[in-house]
Amino acid sequence: MSESTTAAVTADTARRGGGELPSALRIGWARAVVETKMFFREKDSAIFIFAFPIIMLIIFGTIFSGQFEGTGVTVSQVYVAGLLGAGVMTAFQSLAIGIAVDREDGTLKRLAGTPLPRSSYFIGKAAQVLLSSAIQAVLLLAIGFAFYDLPVPADAGRWMTFAWVALLGINGSALLGVAASSLPRSGRSAAAVVTMPFVVLQFISGVYIPISTLPEWLVRIASFFPLKWMCQGFRSVFLGDAGLSLEVAKSYELDRVALVLGAWVLGGLVLCLTTFRWKSRRDG
Amino acid sequence: MVPRRPYTDDDRSMTQTAVKVRGLAKRYGDVRAVGGIDLDIRQGEVFAILGPNGAGKSTTVEILEGYRTRDAGEVSVLGTDPGRPTRAWRARLGIVLQTANDAAELTVRETVRHFATYYPDPRDPDEVIARVGLEEKAGSRIRQLSGGQRRRVDVALGIIGRPELIFLDEPTTGFDPEARRRFWELIDSLAHDGTTILLTTHYLDEAEALADRVAVIARGRIAAEGEPATLGGRAAAKATVAWAEDGVRRTVKTDEPTRTVAELSRRFDGEIPELTVTRPTLEDIYLDLVQGATHE
Repeated sequence: MSESTTAAVTADTARRGGGELPSALRIGWARAVVETKMFFREKDSAIFIFAFPIIMLIIFGTIFSGQFEGTGVTVSQVYVAGLLGAGVMTAFQSLAIGIAVDREDGTLKRLAGTPLPRSSYFIGKAAQVLLSSAIQAVLLLAIGFAFYDLPVPADAGRWMTFAWVALLGINGSALLGVAASSLPRSGRSAAAVVTMPFVVLQFISGVYIPISTLPEWLVRIASFFPLKWMCQGFRSVFLGDAGLSLEVAKSYELDRVALVLGAWVLGGLVLCLTTFRWKSRRDG
Repeated sequence: MVPRRPYTDDDRSMTQTAVKVRGLAKRYGDVRAVGGIDLDIRQGEVFAILGPNGAGKSTTVEILEGYRTRDAGEVSVLGTDPGRPTRAWRARLGIVLQTANDAAELTVRETVRHFATYYPDPRDPDEVIARVGLEEKAGSRIRQLSGGQRRRVDVALGIIGRPELIFLDEPTTGFDPEARRRFWELIDSLAHDGTTILLTTHYLDEAEALADRVAVIARGRIAAEGEPATLGGRAAAKATVAWAEDGVRRTVKTDEPTRTVAELSRRFDGEIPELTVTRPTLEDIYLDLVQGATHE
C-alpha cells in the first residue's frame, strides 16, 4: 500500500495544523509531576520510606550511645553517614520495585502504546526518586545535626564532596534499580526479590555495622557495589580526619569512591539498555 | 443508535485503507498462533474480529498495534509498518487496553489531562471525560471506580490524542447489559466522527450492533469475512417458518418463506397462530464457522 492511499482523513479527525510532537523533556516533566503525586498518595509506603532510616538511626543511636575509643567520633555519627548512603540507595529499591509493578499493572504496556518517548518515562522516575532521596537526606541530616552532635561541615570542599558522592550515588543506584526491575517474575514478588539483597548489602557495606569490624572477605564483596563507597564518601564529609582510623584503609580513598561510583553509573546504563523489558516475561 | 451513513461507490473513503494485512503469520515455539491472515480495513469503518479464545485474535491485533513482532507477512497500519513504530505514527493511534490497572492514585481528570500532554493535537480533556460519561467522577481517584467506569477511563485515554484509528480489545467484557448498551453508544458516536475502529469481541450481538464488517478468526485463520447480515451466507441461508397447529409447534425450512407464509395464510384464512420467520442468527453462523475450522 502506498503512503498516499492512507494519507487522507475525515474532517473530524484531521489535525488542526501545527501538530508537532511534544518534546521528550516536556513529557518527562509531566511524568515527573504524576509520578511524584502517585508516590505521595501511596501514603503508607511514602511514610515508610521516610521514617525507616530515621527509626533505624534512633534505635542504633540509642543502643550504641558511646564513642569510638580515642577518636571523639560517636557511633550515631557513623550511623548518620551510613544511613545517608542507604537513603540514597533506596533509589535502587524504589525503581526496581516500582518499574516491576508498572510492568505488571499495565502502566508500561499502556505507555508503550502512546507517543511517549521512553526517555520521558525514565526522566519521570528519576525525578521522583531524586526528590524522595533528597527529602530523606534532609530529614536525616536535620536530625543528625539537632540530636546526634553531627558536626556541620564548615568548608565548601566537604559539601562539594557530599554533592558529587550523592549525585554519582543516586545515578548509579537508579540505573542499577532499572536494570534489577527485570529480575522479579511479577510485580507482586518484586518487593521480596529486591529487598532481601538490599538489606544484606546494607549490613556488609557498613551502614549498620562499622566496616572495620567486618571480615575482610565480606568487605571485598561489598566493594563491588556502590553502597560501601557512598557510605565511605559520606563519612569523609561528616566525620572528617577524626574518623580516619575507623576506615579499613585508614583513608577515605575518595579517588576510588569516584571511580567505583562512576563505573556503576556507566555499567548501570549498559545494564539498563541491554536488559530492560517493557513487557512482563509472560507476555514474551 | 442512529444508523450511520452506508458506504457508497463514490465515497472517497471506499478507496482508502486504514489497515492492510497480507499473509500474516506468527508462531510461539511449536504453536501456530496466526497462520496466514489477510485483512483490509477501510478508513472510517468499524471492523470486528470475532473468534474463540486462543484463535489468534489478540496476537493479530497486538501485531497491528506494534506490540508484537511477526514472523511473516506484510502489514501496513495507517501507511506504516507496525514492526517499526514511530512516535508520529503512535500519535495517530488510540489503543484501549483490555486489562490495565494502572494510575490508581490519580484522579480521572489528572490522568486524562496527563495523557493529553503526550499528543501533538489532543482533544479537550474535559470534553473527553464528558463524552465517556465520567463528569461526575472526574475528581475521583481511579482506585475508587467500578470496573465499567474504569473501562471508560481506558476509552478516554484511547481517544484523547484524536486518533484516526482506535483499537478496542474486548471492550465490554464483564459489563452489565445497561453498561454495555451505553458503551456501544459511545463507540457508535466515535464511528460517527469518522474514526476507524478495530474491535475484538466474543459477543456476537456486539459485533452485530457495532460493526460494518466482521471477520471470524478460528485456528489462526480467517474463517469468514463480511457484513454481519450476510456473513457466512447468512442472508442466503434457508429461513425457518414456524407456527402452531392443533396444539403442536410446526416448522418448515425453506428458501421461499414468503410463499410458505402465503400458503399458511390461505389455509388458516387469516391470522396464523404463533407465526415466526427466522434466519440463522449470527451466533448460529459463527458456531458453524468455528466448528468447521476446528474439524478441518
